[in-house]
Amino acid sequence: MTHYIDTNVTLSRWPFRRLRGDETTELVKILRHYGVTQAWTGTFDGVLHKDIAGANERLMEECHKHGHGILRPFGSVNITLPAWEDDVRRCADEHKMRGIRVYPNYHGYQLDHRDFARLLAMCDERRLILQIAVSVEDERTQHPLMQVKDVDCHPLAALLKAHPNLRVVILNTFRATGGRNLGVLSGCKNVYFEIATREAVAGIATLAEKIPVERILFGSHAPFFYFESAVLKLQESGLSEEKLALIRTENAGRVFA
Amino acid sequence: MIWDLHCHIATAPGRTPDERMYWLIQRADRMGIDRLCIYMGTKWSDDPTPQDFRHQNDEVLEALTHWHHRAFGFAYINPKYRQESLDEINRCIRDGPMTGIKLWVAERCNSHDLDPIVERCAELKAIIFQHTWLVVSGNRPGSSRPTDMAELATRYPDVPMILGHTGGDWELGIRAIRANKNVSVDLAGFDPTAGVTEMAYREIGAERIIYGSDAAGRSFASQLAKVYGADIPESAKKQILGPNLRRMMLPILQAKGVQA
Repeated sequence: MTHYIDTNVTLSRWPFRRLRGDETTELVKILRHYGVTQAWTGTFDGVLHKDIAGANERLMEECHKHGHGILRPFGSVNITLPAWEDDVRRCADEHKMRGIRVYPNYHGYQLDHRDFARLLAMCDERRLILQIAVSVEDERTQHPLMQVKDVDCHPLAALLKAHPNLRVVILNTFRATGGRNLGVLSGCKNVYFEIATREAVAGIATLAEKIPVERILFGSHAPFFYFESAVLKLQESGLSEEKLALIRTENAGRVFA
Repeated sequence: MIWDLHCHIATAPGRTPDERMYWLIQRADRMGIDRLCIYMGTKWSDDPTPQDFRHQNDEVLEALTHWHHRAFGFAYINPKYRQESLDEINRCIRDGPMTGIKLWVAERCNSHDLDPIVERCAELKAIIFQHTWLVVSGNRPGSSRPTDMAELATRYPDVPMILGHTGGDWELGIRAIRANKNVSVDLAGFDPTAGVTEMAYREIGAERIIYGSDAAGRSFASQLAKVYGADIPESAKKQILGPNLRRMMLPILQAKGVQA
């Protein structure tokens, strides 16, 4: 059976739609069916909840209770909340998480926010992987009362010069309006891109022409997207088995190590 | 059997329409896709003049040259140019190999400018495909909403039509045309958001859902996932992937003597 490390999975409820897989046991069943051996797992509660520490505790519990050893929790951090540094500390020191996930657009800040530089430093100090969700949903179909623009990653390239060893994973960045982030960050060797929103026929193959294949990670954006999309895109790519193996598991395994 | 309702040569690489088509077919083969519907040329325009849409249709005809056993063409027209559009339908469909029309964003489809076009397509049994996208921040002036399509379909309840992109905002798109039994939805050209196919299956039934990709701008794969990943019966998935489109196209294919 082909195996995958899925770097873009999320638990709990998306506020605007019920999803097949928004119950953890159901999601894990889908992931296991397709051979996912490890899933970097955030929580939709981290997008809008103010009690983000509570959201992260529930994430830990769900991953532990129902994860079958697959789900690896990535807690959420919102740098606009009071005492947000304590959430980073709890994720790293108490929950022993290997990474965190941020939603700058839903949390209402740009990456040139003063505290974002502080967040990078804290992640670097604790050797946490930082996942930046550029989007969750297509801007065009968002709820009329909840319209948020994709994250502009332009400031990140300069900020990362101070953190060459920090591992940063960019999630959901390839939508038509957000594709420009790739150009901005293509020169940052410690920035990785997952493929959930990568489009175009053979889009993974053309992505591998733009950035080294070693920086491309498998990601499904399940359960928001049908998990099958990411798997089928690899089939469509026509890439060599060697390169596919890097994307499916080896690159993420190296980042997680 | 997989028939893809919605493909373009503009977004495929190649120096000529023929090269672009070959590139698309090669990649469709990787995904087991048997037939592609192609529309619009190598350079798009929102509001094409007759000269422009004729040129784009010529490019599609060129792309089809070696692939009549694998692809169908739809004629791109602009309802603002009523007579020229009717002439183009006659040129490409009545007298040529094309099997349907593509309407994009030149004019909203609830306009009565479309009436003679719909009537001519009905006479020829040609497929009517209308792009629709409901954008939360506001549509461009000529861009059709799913409710516009419902208006048109209500005027012509016996003429089959296809709601492009399921309206983009598919939860609203499906609702908008639910009561119009002559409207099918195109799954192409939006994110593989889980639940779309299940909702369409629940609300309008498998027989009114058609697989399409919007290749090469979209991946065949991400759009096939909307069918393969849906929590619906396997028999419904098979129907959506090909037979529904084939059933809709059969009258014009038979009229043209095309085996499919």
